[in-house]
Amino acid sequence: MWKRLKLAFHKLGSPPIFYRFAQTLIPWLWSLTGVGLAVGLYQALYVVPPDYQQGDSYRILYVHVPAAWQAMATYLIMAILAIIALVWRIRTAEIMAMVAAPIGAGFTLICLVTGAIWGEPMWGTWWAWDARLTSMLILLFIYLGIMGLYAAFDDHRQGAKMASVLVLVGVVNIPIIHFSVDWWTTLHQGSTINLFGPSSMDPTMLPPLIWMTVAVKFMFAAMLLQRARNELLAQDQRKQWTKRLIGDLIE
Amino acid sequence: MTKRHPLRALLRQDLQRAWQHGGQSLLPLIFLFAVIAMIPLGLGPGPNLLAMIAPGMIWVAALLASLLALEGVFRPDLDDGTLEQWWVDDQPVLALICIRLGSHWLISALPIIVATPIAGEMLYLPAEALGLLMLTLLIGTPILSLIGALAAALTIQARQGSALLGLLIFPLTVPVLIFATGAVSAHLDGLTARPYVLLLISLFVLAATLVPLAIKKALQLNLE
Repeated sequence: MWKRLKLAFHKLGSPPIFYRFAQTLIPWLWSLTGVGLAVGLYQALYVVPPDYQQGDSYRILYVHVPAAWQAMATYLIMAILAIIALVWRIRTAEIMAMVAAPIGAGFTLICLVTGAIWGEPMWGTWWAWDARLTSMLILLFIYLGIMGLYAAFDDHRQGAKMASVLVLVGVVNIPIIHFSVDWWTTLHQGSTINLFGPSSMDPTMLPPLIWMTVAVKFMFAAMLLQRARNELLAQDQRKQWTKRLIGDLIE
Repeated sequence: MTKRHPLRALLRQDLQRAWQHGGQSLLPLIFLFAVIAMIPLGLGPGPNLLAMIAPGMIWVAALLASLLALEGVFRPDLDDGTLEQWWVDDQPVLALICIRLGSHWLISALPIIVATPIAGEMLYLPAEALGLLMLTLLIGTPILSLIGALAAALTIQARQGSALLGLLIFPLTVPVLIFATGAVSAHLDGLTARPYVLLLISLFVLAATLVPLAIKKALQLNLE
């Protein structure tokens, strides 16, 4: 069993095999995403009762919270891929780590924007220098830095290696940043704002959140594979395997 | 570079070069004063407001100034092949990197710390905060040098590397900025600055142990 897993892992390092693997998986992942989103959004918008204080506006949490979780989970996945890329120098891992960054940045942005839209009527302000908001903003800058570094090299592999080192530096630094920002706000203005966590949430409001979170995971996987596949095609457009694959289209 | 004292030779060479380029080495310091001078022009010369924001502003100015000298940390040595010799010649690379970081800090950051009293006077910094501000700069600027040098090593062959530097460095230096200015404002509020200073020291220890390794890796990847 272990040997077969190892073999499969090594095989995925080969671009044509990875391409076929992604090709077969992507439709399934998108279908699961569609089902999850449909059920989750229906429940979130029609089934769940309105909040006794916030009315209907709290429903944006069903987009906000899964996006925030995915924004952080993406970094973790990117870091694991970066380690694989730096240690075993597997090119598909490099590419997957690098295409994960814009997805992570996207989820971070969704989290910030939905938070601002919710915050305007609820807190009376689009933005507050709250610890979590600030941490998310800094996470966005880290994602942008990784994307910028990768894009600044003509040699994609060189850029991926440099950006992978930066990803790993971020792994050490992100907890420290989070902790320091926490300290910074609690000391200066006190925790005037309590984001309601799912733990203190009414159980009836929970199912759509679970549906949406799972749907977002599938969405991430689908986007990751699709972006990696496209990047691979773009980089290898003059290679034999690409020509064999879509030769008729290019010629 | 003699084989027997490569470390001492590097330190001497760096300091000599900085001395020869006199004015250029002082650019970060001049830039700091330019930023400090812009603040009253932008916010108005009211002493109360300026005194309140002085510690944070001096720190932000120091952070910006530290960006300036980074271009020269590894770039010239990469261009003329010295860097490659470090590996080919089997030199103690990690130690050489640390020496380079030390000389970089001596040249670019130490003048800023020494000049802090003048910058503080320009912004009506309360006298009782000056010592602590200088202490936080003394502990914090080496961290800035470390992170900055890492970013410089990563962008050394990148297009528009210097434009990227700021984007890479800013998020990573957030904790330094928070703890350093937190220490000063806690002191001014009559609280103890001790926990902040200790946290700053622990950040320095963490950065000093891990960042040189990352720099070494980054430089090595650049040479491949």
